[in-house]
Amino acid sequence: MLFKNVLLGVFFCFSVLGCSGQKCDLKPAITIWHWMTDRDATFQELAEKYETLTGVKVSFELYAPSDAYSQKIRAAAQGINLPDVFGILGEKRDFASFIKAGHILELTSYMEANNNNWKNNFFPKALAVNEFAPGNSYGINPGIFGVPIDIMTIQMVYNKKLFSQLGLNPNRPPKTIKEFLEIGAKIQAAGMQGLVSGWGEVWMIDCIANNYAFNIMGKDKVLATIKGQVPYTDPDWITVLSIFKQMKESGIFAQGLVTMINKSAEQLFANEKAVFAFNGSWCVNVYKGMNPGLEYGAMLPPQASEKYPMAIWGGAGSSFMVNARSKNKEEAVKFLVWLTGQDQQAYLAQATNNLPANKNSLSKIPDILAQFSRGMDYATHPNIWGVSEFSPVIEALDRGIQSIIIGEKTPEAVAIEVQKIKEREMAKKKAR
Amino acid sequence: MKIKDTLENYTFVLPAVTIFSIFYVIPFIWVFQLGLFEWDGISFTKVFVGLQNFKEIFFQDRNWWQSMWNASYITLIALTFQNIMAFMLAWACDREIRMKNFYRVIFFIPPVLSEVVVGMAWRFIINDIDGANVINRMLTQIGLSNFTHNWLSDPNTALSTVAVIHCWKGFGWGFLIFLAGLQTIPRELYEAARVDGASAWQSFKKITIPLMIPVMVLVAILTVLGTMQVFVLIVSLVGGEFAGHTSVPVLRILASMRGSSRFGYACAQGITFGMVLIIISFIQYRFSKKGQ
Repeated sequence: MLFKNVLLGVFFCFSVLGCSGQKCDLKPAITIWHWMTDRDATFQELAEKYETLTGVKVSFELYAPSDAYSQKIRAAAQGINLPDVFGILGEKRDFASFIKAGHILELTSYMEANNNNWKNNFFPKALAVNEFAPGNSYGINPGIFGVPIDIMTIQMVYNKKLFSQLGLNPNRPPKTIKEFLEIGAKIQAAGMQGLVSGWGEVWMIDCIANNYAFNIMGKDKVLATIKGQVPYTDPDWITVLSIFKQMKESGIFAQGLVTMINKSAEQLFANEKAVFAFNGSWCVNVYKGMNPGLEYGAMLPPQASEKYPMAIWGGAGSSFMVNARSKNKEEAVKFLVWLTGQDQQAYLAQATNNLPANKNSLSKIPDILAQFSRGMDYATHPNIWGVSEFSPVIEALDRGIQSIIIGEKTPEAVAIEVQKIKEREMAKKKAR
Repeated sequence: MKIKDTLENYTFVLPAVTIFSIFYVIPFIWVFQLGLFEWDGISFTKVFVGLQNFKEIFFQDRNWWQSMWNASYITLIALTFQNIMAFMLAWACDREIRMKNFYRVIFFIPPVLSEVVVGMAWRFIINDIDGANVINRMLTQIGLSNFTHNWLSDPNTALSTVAVIHCWKGFGWGFLIFLAGLQTIPRELYEAARVDGASAWQSFKKITIPLMIPVMVLVAILTVLGTMQVFVLIVSLVGGEFAGHTSVPVLRILASMRGSSRFGYACAQGITFGMVLIIISFIQYRFSKKGQ
């Protein structure tokens, strides 16, 4: 009898639990994978708010560091078990591969609904990173495939206090390379450290080299080089490479810059040990955490030529994509519309000191972030060029610049080496 | 009866063989198979290129062979400097010295530390502007200011500095294995040698060294396998490949996989690297057999 009662009891419990489970399943739940450690707490708060408003549960799952996240996303793509929403870390060709494999939902119709209502909220350059233009070299149908969550620009920052100590006007950073190089001598004489950056991690070298390439030869010639129509041995490219030599010789570089990791560079600048830093707009949050009293300003890298405007890397800092195979894709899109709304974006910007992707949310950001946001006028990014350089060529260029900085190679020698690799890669592509 | 015995034996080894196959043999075959394709790691389609990736590694990829050379250089320093130090310290701790247990613990601390922590700590010790600059200060204090240097950002010293730090981190493993080996040598042999009038050096040469050869071979194989695969320490010390001066094979494989999205090529590099390690280990093994 007792056994029978226990059995009935167990059966009853399972039945009740089963019902409650079914009831829970009726509510949609969206899973989002991301890598943004600094934004996780704010994302969780916003998710709770959204659940209160709509009853839709949103789970932000953090997988850091970004390298580990990147591998997880690729593995999930292979196993076709990507979450409802995810971000892609990598170059445009990786983004294109995800689209070709059918992992990403095209968002153009959502963006353009109601007279481009959603699309018009964003900075065009932030959206461009997630867009494939007609005739793009990746073979993707034109359209928008991602939602920018925030924007970033990579510029220079300078320490106002150290500027004053050097006898410089703290409200007038150098505008030309000549002025910049002159400061190098003053920095050397004062025994200070000049420019710090994560140039040990090479991609930032690529970034600044591109800035100067745009400034010296203009966008068309840079893109023509990528297309193989202009060689890297062109005098303009030699001028770009020579800038690094000039900077090295002027003493503007901090010691050990070429093996510096960005975290060390950020610590040095935040601790007022370096006059300049080359960093992205995310640094505002980092510096605030390290030294809240730091007085600094943002500036464009000093111009080397007046022929073309200086260009900096900028655009979408991080973006989310909707899984095309998700059964919750409609709900996921609705959540992203809400997340990129003016109030949510302003809250995200205030809480995390990142630049909002929604152009209507800029009014409440701190002054230093506003300075970074003004850089958006000069922003460009390899992901919006429509063509991409071969990775071995980028690697050879970055390594070559490191070699120039340590005095191992001349700009001319580096240009020849890079061009050789370019020709080899082009021949390989042709053979395929 | 014989069949029963054979089956019984196979049953005993079956779990080990199964686990070994699942986690080692099958992945190795898969990785080799992927090395025959051009694949970005995302698409469902792969383009078969045959041995093209291997051909590129062997005949075109200068960066790859530079990384192999760098790893070999670090390994050479580890095989000599690190292992000699480990052996000498183990030999010292095997004798009746004061606080020998304390030393045993101390020497084993570096190997159990994370490579990232070791890298950051040494970066702080060595570097000038973002560190304490301890080495250069010490050199200045003892009157050798001419030798002060940017150890990690000079292409002439970066790899050697990495190698020395790697030795500091890794010698504890060798120390522990050597110590265990030394403790298996019967004490009676030393006593008999002493009674026969052998000096300490003669005992060391005629008893310790010959009996320690198998242990030395084991330590040498482990050193080669461990050192050739070093990369975390390099990333935390110099941020990466430093214009090729601190490039090592694992960093090259990562660059192919993550930087270039060439998974097929990265797999081919992995297989090539694995084969090199297997060949080196095999040679060491054969060499030790011959020695014995």
